[in-house]
Amino acid sequence: MIKFTLNGRLVETDAPPTARLLDLIRDEFTLIGTKEGCGEGECGACSVFVNNHLQNSCLIPIGSIDGTDVITIEGIMESEQFKILDESYSSAGGVQCGYCIPGMVMASAALLSKNPHPSEAEIREGISGNLCRCTGYNMIVDAINLAAKKGDGLWQKK
Amino acid sequence: MNLKDISTSVPKKDHSGKVSGQLAYISDVKVENMVYGVLVRSPIAYGKIKSIQLPNFPEGYEAVGAEQIPGPNVVKIIQEDQPIFANEWVNYIGEPILMLVGKELDILYRLLNEVKIEFDELQAIYTLDDAIQQKSAPGVTMASYEFGENLDVISTIEQGAHKIIEEEYSTGYQEHVYLEPQGMLGIYKDDEIVVQGSMQCLYYIKNALISALACGDDEVRVVQSPTGGGFGGKEEFPSMMACHVAVAANAVKKSVMLVFDRSEDMVVTTKRHPAKIKYRTAIDEEGNILSMCVDVFLDGGANAGLSSVVLQRALLNSAGVYKIPHFHAKGYVLKTNTVPNGAFRGFGAPQSFAGIESHIGHISKLSKLDPLDYKRKYLVKQGDPTITKGQFRDPILMEDMIEDLLNASDFKSKKGEFQRFNQQNLRYKKGIGTSLFLHGCGFTGSGERDHIKATVKLVKSRDDKVLLKISNSDMGQGIYTTLSKIVAQALDLPFDRVLYPDPDTKEVPDSGPTVASRTTMIVGKLLERAAKKLKAQWQPGVEQEVVENYVHREMIPWDEKTFTGDAYPAYSWGVNIVEVEVDTLTGNVKLEKVYANYEVGKVIDDRIMKGQIDGGLAQGLAYGYLEKMTSKEGRIQQKSISDYGPPTSMDVVSIESKVFDNPYADGPYGAKGAGELTLIGGAPAVQAAIEDALQTSFQQIPITPEVIIESL
Repeated sequence: MIKFTLNGRLVETDAPPTARLLDLIRDEFTLIGTKEGCGEGECGACSVFVNNHLQNSCLIPIGSIDGTDVITIEGIMESEQFKILDESYSSAGGVQCGYCIPGMVMASAALLSKNPHPSEAEIREGISGNLCRCTGYNMIVDAINLAAKKGDGLWQKK
Repeated sequence: MNLKDISTSVPKKDHSGKVSGQLAYISDVKVENMVYGVLVRSPIAYGKIKSIQLPNFPEGYEAVGAEQIPGPNVVKIIQEDQPIFANEWVNYIGEPILMLVGKELDILYRLLNEVKIEFDELQAIYTLDDAIQQKSAPGVTMASYEFGENLDVISTIEQGAHKIIEEEYSTGYQEHVYLEPQGMLGIYKDDEIVVQGSMQCLYYIKNALISALACGDDEVRVVQSPTGGGFGGKEEFPSMMACHVAVAANAVKKSVMLVFDRSEDMVVTTKRHPAKIKYRTAIDEEGNILSMCVDVFLDGGANAGLSSVVLQRALLNSAGVYKIPHFHAKGYVLKTNTVPNGAFRGFGAPQSFAGIESHIGHISKLSKLDPLDYKRKYLVKQGDPTITKGQFRDPILMEDMIEDLLNASDFKSKKGEFQRFNQQNLRYKKGIGTSLFLHGCGFTGSGERDHIKATVKLVKSRDDKVLLKISNSDMGQGIYTTLSKIVAQALDLPFDRVLYPDPDTKEVPDSGPTVASRTTMIVGKLLERAAKKLKAQWQPGVEQEVVENYVHREMIPWDEKTFTGDAYPAYSWGVNIVEVEVDTLTGNVKLEKVYANYEVGKVIDDRIMKGQIDGGLAQGLAYGYLEKMTSKEGRIQQKSISDYGPPTSMDVVSIESKVFDNPYADGPYGAKGAGELTLIGGAPAVQAAIEDALQTSFQQIPITPEVIIESL
């Protein structure tokens, strides 16, 4: 039995330890915001936080998450920080097909919580593990830049 | 909605569900009594199936194949050469032979390995070069067209010419890499099969299903799920998956889900056609072009699919934006035993523009003339004939757009600056390049009139909300927003009172496929007309319905046989300038600056247009130097995203772009097509910039580090 915290709630599963965290989140806990884009850790669509670190959930066997704190996009949806990101992505036009976006939002939040005033180069690096095929990234970079400004002072709050 | 300027951006209709991830794409859907499907695929490129041995299936697991297809074993596209399940011949590695269905994917994958198939393997054609050599052999040429100046006339001109310049140009595969892999669900119901999934063309799928299931119009229904990127990859390909899940659901009387993982998606789905283009141009002593012959060869892969139409567009763009005297072109789609190639944003035009921009650039350099000055000398003008004896009817703003972009990019002083930089630096070399291009909007020729015959419907509810009833898909390009905006503006109704639910063939008429930069211009115009009609008869609190049908504005009638007439009702235009730095030690190319001007009639939403510009350019630039896919003995070699190399946020730079107004009478609020145009100029501009940096010429894209190192 593997026990961990999922979006602030203590949960347990008897799925095999080799099962992917991505499948556990989507199938057993029916949280659909974490998407599968490649299954090989190359696209970032399945990004989650494990103990506050941005991780590709497709690469994590659940045997390794016992006792950890896992947060998905659903776990940040009600936060003030998410609200800022939501508005910024909207006004910068960062969302097209949307499939990469929850992962991109997670990467944005991870970046801003570490570096609340990133330069353009730091933003590009911060989302370099998240692939987007629609936007050419620039409007996503703009969104993160805008969120940094709009949410000044918020990003390092827990 | 009463916008002073329709271009003023509004929030996107589908923003919230996407940003929170709570919008359900097809892989997020689960229905009662659902099983999964996996496909048994051909391991060989060409041969005849001798025998199939199935393993012992556990309870609840079974195989579905050709014998369970109620109708003909054909995916209805254009020609009847693509089986739903190959049961006799296989023509490429990965061709579907059977589907295994059952509850658990793990078990299905195990069973997949236990299916034993024996083949009589035959000699396959693996490469476009082999196919060109064998193009007269039966079945190799799948389509061909020829048009233009009489060859005897050209031969006489060539005899008197100062020089004949011959070049052979190659372009590679391009893979769509939509972030959401292909997925389709066949829902089994007592009285109908519902097919739901990621798609661009609901009625292509519905027609394919009616044929495959040999059923009535009301026994199948197609519903679009939110679609995570298409770029043409979800134009014709999903019809095959839809047939698979519908036939399987019908056979096993359960709902069947088929979702590809990334490697399967990369290896078996359609791609941009690799091309070889041959140029033969006669010039006089001053370097003026006297005549030009262009031969286009497209690698169709194993099935005809949409390749003939892709070839048409490649040929229609074979002279680029230029008025070339005594122009002649011919083209072929050739069969190879490789994965079928198909629709991809630009649809044949990106290959042609990469080729012609390269060739014209090389001619100018041979004559020691500045490439851009030379190109401008041949630029088409309003009233000029097209290469198919049609006409450029509307004002052309290219001269203004070029001049503006030269200023914005500070082109002239950059040229000098880069020359000095390159003299002082051995390792790093900087270059700047341009591309000029257009895109014909809508279907080629008489397609809209004869094949599509679009119909749109607006339904007003009792609470005075208006619903768009059309079959077009929002795949990220933003039509939920732009088309709703056109209707809201025409009705002077608040934006949030106009609704555009996910299309469902039970609810919507056939307004045509979501392709060919036709949606805004053609469907948008029909909606604008419908909205005006509804406004004229508006009765508060009453349910009302308005239908509009496509009306063809006759110009010079298109004749596909002679390849003459107006191929498109209107054209959108573009100019790109790209700056690069090349590392001559590693061959790496770094983008430094990108400038872009476009003319698309009238922009319906500035922010959405910018998204199309940035995203299209990122794909187009990468097509020129980053993205490389190859096939070896019929097997695609790049099975993962990183093997293939689409751009990351680190590869792209910010893009300075501007869009010029030039309203088009037959487009809604003056709008023409925009989505494909933005991709087309990327590769030729990046090639010109790399050539400028290295003072050399290339005859191919992508210009990868290997190609660069070899050229030094």
